[in-house]
Amino acid sequence: MEPIKAGLAASTEPLLRLRGITKRYGGVRALEEVDLAVRAGRIHAILGENGAGKSSLIKCIAGVVQPDAGTMSLDGAAVRFPSPAAANAAGVVCIFQELSLIPDLSVADNIMISNPPRRFGMIDGRAQRRMAEAALARAGAGNIHPLELVKNLPLSRRQLVEIAKALARNPRLLILDEATSALTAADVETVFRVLKALRAQGLALLYISHRMDEIAELADDCSVFRNGRHVATFPAGTKSDGEVIAMMIGREYSHVFPPKPAPVPTGPTPTLAVRDLSWGETLAGISFEVRAGEIVGLGGLDGQGQRELLLALFGVLRGVTGQVVIEGRPVSIGGPGDAKAPANGMALIPEDRKTEGLMLPMSVGENLCFASLERLSRGGVLDKAAERRAVGEMVKLLAVKTASPDTPVGALSGGNQQKVVVAKWLMNSPRIILLNDPTRGIDVGTKQEMYRLLRKLADEGAAILLYSTDYAELIGCCDRVLVLYGGAVRRELAGEALTESALVASALNVEAVAGEAGLTSAATP
Amino acid sequence: MRDWRYRFDQHKATLSAALVFVVIFGIYAANHPAGFSANVVQTAANKGVLLALVAVGQTFVVLTAGIDLSLGAIFILADCLASWIVIGSPLMTGLGIVGVLLAGLACGAVNGALVIYGRLQPIVATIATGAIYFGLALALRPNPGGDINGDLADALTGQGPGGVPVSVVALVVIMLLVWVPFRRSVLGRAAYAAGSAEVSAYMSGAPVARAKFLAYCMAGLFAALGGLMLAFFTYSGEASSTNAATYTLNSIAAVVIGGVSLFGGSGSAVGAIFGALIFRTINDLLFVFDLDPLWQPLFLGLVLLLAVSLGSLRLLRVRNRLELFGP
Repeated sequence: MEPIKAGLAASTEPLLRLRGITKRYGGVRALEEVDLAVRAGRIHAILGENGAGKSSLIKCIAGVVQPDAGTMSLDGAAVRFPSPAAANAAGVVCIFQELSLIPDLSVADNIMISNPPRRFGMIDGRAQRRMAEAALARAGAGNIHPLELVKNLPLSRRQLVEIAKALARNPRLLILDEATSALTAADVETVFRVLKALRAQGLALLYISHRMDEIAELADDCSVFRNGRHVATFPAGTKSDGEVIAMMIGREYSHVFPPKPAPVPTGPTPTLAVRDLSWGETLAGISFEVRAGEIVGLGGLDGQGQRELLLALFGVLRGVTGQVVIEGRPVSIGGPGDAKAPANGMALIPEDRKTEGLMLPMSVGENLCFASLERLSRGGVLDKAAERRAVGEMVKLLAVKTASPDTPVGALSGGNQQKVVVAKWLMNSPRIILLNDPTRGIDVGTKQEMYRLLRKLADEGAAILLYSTDYAELIGCCDRVLVLYGGAVRRELAGEALTESALVASALNVEAVAGEAGLTSAATP
Repeated sequence: MRDWRYRFDQHKATLSAALVFVVIFGIYAANHPAGFSANVVQTAANKGVLLALVAVGQTFVVLTAGIDLSLGAIFILADCLASWIVIGSPLMTGLGIVGVLLAGLACGAVNGALVIYGRLQPIVATIATGAIYFGLALALRPNPGGDINGDLADALTGQGPGGVPVSVVALVVIMLLVWVPFRRSVLGRAAYAAGSAEVSAYMSGAPVARAKFLAYCMAGLFAALGGLMLAFFTYSGEASSTNAATYTLNSIAAVVIGGVSLFGGSGSAVGAIFGALIFRTINDLLFVFDLDPLWQPLFLGLVLLLAVSLGSLRLLRVRNRLELFGP
């Protein structure tokens, strides 16, 4: 009698229901009218490309950000979570991709951080330890000592502590955002066992992962997101990988890309050749070449080593092994100063223009000249006239919209700031240009200018390596794209093979699906 | 079973500071013309406790990855205020003490409000408030003077049974009443967490803002306790700008020597107390070895550099150079 009733309840009223959830950041729509239902006793997978709105979705559910519109109900009752603490109190607990542990506190302190057991108003160390041990055991991590400091644990152990911490809050809805990304294979198995046990106990689990094989093994339901919209929800296993990928892509191409020239003839020496580049566990034996006149893209899911690859080339990382050859000369680059030296001729447009690219309170002119002061000075003294001339040229070349070269760069719009970052490096006439997601958060008009500029620079003989989280950009801009997965080049796509479905499939590390949209099944024997 | 090892690990910095103190105090006492006597200990303790109290105050703030440069001024303000109101009948004296401590608490609360709710940089905010607090102290005592309850002063700066300095007993009692509960409270843990990884702490639903605010309040309270002791020690109040500046900077030095990380999140006020005692004892060592006083600042500076360098050894292992620029 009882189980049937529970079953009926589960099928009629979901534990969590979202209706019309909308979230905007500035002018960018992160979530648009999202409806979603998550049932108790089920593992619900969320799928989508970079920027599809998955993170915004869980942030809204977990109370990290407030949706601009829409309603959320838990067990049929309308709820609003002004903070993560409020969500936790209602039984909604999220394990975020960036770990939320405090490195200087012990495992037990971390697990019980938000609500430690108290006696006479003080934390009861013994009770806390018991509860932490129970939570660790529940997370399949009973061999982690509760008094160990978190900073002494390796990453995969920390992830298990993170899960224990979530379980200690007795969640009804547990959200896991890429919870297995840092785990070893053995730990993944442990986590899967734990998650299945939690499902059997009647928890609802919202599971975000880029690993299709994981989703196939774990999920009961799948929801696909695209461009901030909920596309479809279906029972797991009812659609092929190809069909799922087809739902994930199909973003409108709103940008216009300059035409690509004929493939660059394979000249004798590439401008940049990288052989077997490795760094810790993040880069695992990367080899590739970029020739003068070529734009090579770096694709794949966010966090597969693309950023680290650019930083390694620019000399920022210590302990990099492998070989970097510039114009036929093996080089060893000890830092950005070394990388930009005329002999190497490198430039890196960094990821975050506000902290790594610009000095916001300083003027446009000062920022523009900052990477090329050596060229603009004689005997250590700046040549003001040369500086002014160079600044004038650059402002004109890139059409930077600024009242005057003396305006603080922080007063410019995002797109114009980004132009300054790019122009600053062009002043050095670099032969190798590394770009780390250069169009993130800038307007469409500036993006198009940027694409034309990159093509122009390539035509003038630069070798360009472009990392972008926007697949359309990689397809439209690049001659070839290297897809990274787990710190290694998983595939190289060029020409006709450079399609969105191929990019997504290789990014997810599943076999490529035939057909333009991947709807027809693979015909390979 | 292996628990002791983890506990030892977590208190290593404090234990090493305690050990260093015992060793150098041993050297000091052995070479003191009067030898290891109750009087030598009493004098050393009284000087040490002053800095120790301010250093404990500084620890609260430093643990949250902040810094308070107004503590020396609060210390002096409390001294000057005490020389007016901590006098008379036991009741009046008691009310006076409460008044001094409340004043310290209020100063700390202003700092905390500016830093946490006003979003000002701790350094700038506390330099500014420090100047204000010192100005108030000057207004209270344009010239050194005033008076204090002599019986209480004698009792607190004297020796108890067995020659134990009463000031040390007072310090221990204060720590038991304030530090131990803080360390085991939710706010105390949140303060550590805020210093270690503020975003993570916030995302975990820990009361970060309240914890940081409490840390600044506690800093003000302990600086005032120090100032009160100074008044008992000197039987008067003096708005000395030298003392204000010295105690501010020495409290930071003591905190670092005591193994508290300036990046926040790790260390203990107990360590800071030993740091303060070490700092004082080094001064005294130079005295008993009859070194030219001119060498004293240089020697202290070297010791401080050494202590700070030990704390930065981890940077040698950083593999992404971008991490060198953040905490």
